[in-house]
Amino acid sequence: MSVETYTPQAFHRQAHDALGSPQIRSNFRKAMDGLMSKRRDVFSDWDLEALRELGANIRLRALARLPELLERLEANCEASGIKVHWAEDGEEACRIIRELCEARGAKSVIKGKSMVSEEMHLNAHLEAAGIEALESDLGEYLVQLNEQTPSHIIMPAIHLNTDEISTIMHDKTGLARTRDVDVMTAAARAQLRERFMSADIGISGVNFAVAETGTLCLVENEGNGRMTTTVPPVHIAVTGIEKVVEHLRDVPPLYALLTRSATGQHVTTYFNMISSPRKRGEHDGPEEVHLVLVDNGRSSIYQDDELLDTLRCIRCGACMNHCPVYTRVGGHTYGTTYPGPIGSILMPHMLGLEQTKDLPTASSLCGACGEVCPVKIPIPDLLVRLRREAVGEGRGNVPGAGVKRTKKEVAAWKGWQWLATHPSAWRGGTAIVGKLQALTPSKLGPWTECRTAPRPAKRSLHALVKRHQAGKDKSDAEKSAANHVIKKGKDEEERS
Amino acid sequence: MSARDAILKRLRERTDGALNAPDSDFSVVTGRGWSIGERLERFERLITSVHGEVIHTTHDNWTVDLAELLHAKGVHRLALGREHPVAAEARSALDARDVVLLDADRDIESWQQEQFESTDAGLTSTRGAIAETGSLWLWPTPDEPRLISLVPPIHIAVLDADTIEDTFFDVIEAHGWADGMPTNALLVSGPSKTADIEQTLAYGVHGPRELVVLVRHAEERK
Repeated sequence: MSVETYTPQAFHRQAHDALGSPQIRSNFRKAMDGLMSKRRDVFSDWDLEALRELGANIRLRALARLPELLERLEANCEASGIKVHWAEDGEEACRIIRELCEARGAKSVIKGKSMVSEEMHLNAHLEAAGIEALESDLGEYLVQLNEQTPSHIIMPAIHLNTDEISTIMHDKTGLARTRDVDVMTAAARAQLRERFMSADIGISGVNFAVAETGTLCLVENEGNGRMTTTVPPVHIAVTGIEKVVEHLRDVPPLYALLTRSATGQHVTTYFNMISSPRKRGEHDGPEEVHLVLVDNGRSSIYQDDELLDTLRCIRCGACMNHCPVYTRVGGHTYGTTYPGPIGSILMPHMLGLEQTKDLPTASSLCGACGEVCPVKIPIPDLLVRLRREAVGEGRGNVPGAGVKRTKKEVAAWKGWQWLATHPSAWRGGTAIVGKLQALTPSKLGPWTECRTAPRPAKRSLHALVKRHQAGKDKSDAEKSAANHVIKKGKDEEERS
Repeated sequence: MSARDAILKRLRERTDGALNAPDSDFSVVTGRGWSIGERLERFERLITSVHGEVIHTTHDNWTVDLAELLHAKGVHRLALGREHPVAAEARSALDARDVVLLDADRDIESWQQEQFESTDAGLTSTRGAIAETGSLWLWPTPDEPRLISLVPPIHIAVLDADTIEDTFFDVIEAHGWADGMPTNALLVSGPSKTADIEQTLAYGVHGPRELVVLVRHAEERK
């Protein structure tokens, strides 16, 4: 299979291609339908609103105290032997991790699932330095074998079906073709166990970092996260600065929301809480644990009261599972690390609106994402905010703000505004438009690709009413239409 | 300025000003008020729903059930601790039988290959369980290290019925976790699993294929 490169700039072409692929349409439709119904079932015996309220509240509290909590997290980690590093951006984080690898003379790294490491393109960086980075989450492993990137933040290989995966495992690992999922899973287990034993370093993400105790929490089903953080002699955890929570007791509500929202599970197989490297007298676990805290645009988002809500995200993926656009075009179409609604409100800050200007408009604003978000991020409002920023009508504090602003559009709206606030010009204008209705072009760009062009009426409603009142009606049809309007107006008056 | 100081400075000098931290109401994750029977029923229902096996036994008789289990599963090489009463009782009961007991209290470097390739099962104690989610909680120790509940294909966990509590939140609060966390604290809810191949569930992808919980009761259950 060929390596495909997706970019956010090519969103429209990629969406067009994806919509034309029955494979992608059916793989995503099937998966998302299943996830939506599982989520609904697993929350059925919960006071979901109270739990979401608590989740939002815990995240907001953590953000309100963010600088203080990061310092506490650092102090508590360091006190128990976890070395903490800070990175302004992805590049710096990659460099820190590469240097840690080089200091150990590491040649091979085994990875647990980490979207932050995807965000900073860590694998490519390490490969360039001659360090092999192997993904161990089964979905990530398959995607890596296929030289792709994840198409979903929780289920990276959701775009592939069983036959495609069978082909990948056959072509890349020599496994005899099979449709038996247990056989393929067992083969991957055997292949990866060898690598866990020989890896010099394990790299993982973090779901929640607890300031109070200096604890790194990892959520998973497979056990690869526990392997990654326990078997190699060094563990490097990498995470965004917003992942910190204040107290240990803040963790259970967020964990309850995360697993249920993500996959409809009441709990995952493992919840792995790491608070120190191997202590004297202990017999396994890494001798060194490092925590790399990555900013990469997050502190800019943090400045703005409205945009701040973006940072509440706990990366469950429910917004994409419920998004009618994501379900149809799939994750790769977005061309960014985080696809779907959360990606559309997050990636513009990381890449700038120049590259991502189409993402905030890749939504019908139906509101499903905001309704299912476990921490109540008002995603539709944030999409609208970024649309405003893109046309230069916001606060101008998002990189690339104003990139979609064109003189033509600004002039058109200005003209509209002037017309709508000058009654005589408005009347004259609508009269002319009505007279020239036959000249309306039948092609109006993308609008008429699947619709007929709108045709202005001969006379505006305003004009019709006026004629009626003056008793000048000629046509019966016009008369009854105007009557109807007037009657309706009267009814409303009587009611009020 | 270091990256650390620059990041913290930006966060502190926030454009829109300082934020108010709201108080949190945790009542939705606590106060279930389940009876012992309800806890046990719920724990068993949930952990078996994700492919965990539950065997009810008694404090007096559990090693007999363990021996039967090992025989039924074809376990010939069992990794276990030494000092914890669970490990000590298992050792004395199993000594004479056809099971090789592998000492788990060794530095992993000295037996990694053996643990990965020729250990049939790992036996551990548990600190307790959570009824709401069907989860065991473990704090691995030098006696029962982290990997014996992960690497061998079968994990056998011994749980005392009276240590099941309602919720994860309740466990954290009641046992004062925040006052001192161990190197590694774990919740285990079933055997290792994945649905990464077209949403089809498969067990034992990286960790154990089977999780068996021996639930010990004070007396024989009627």
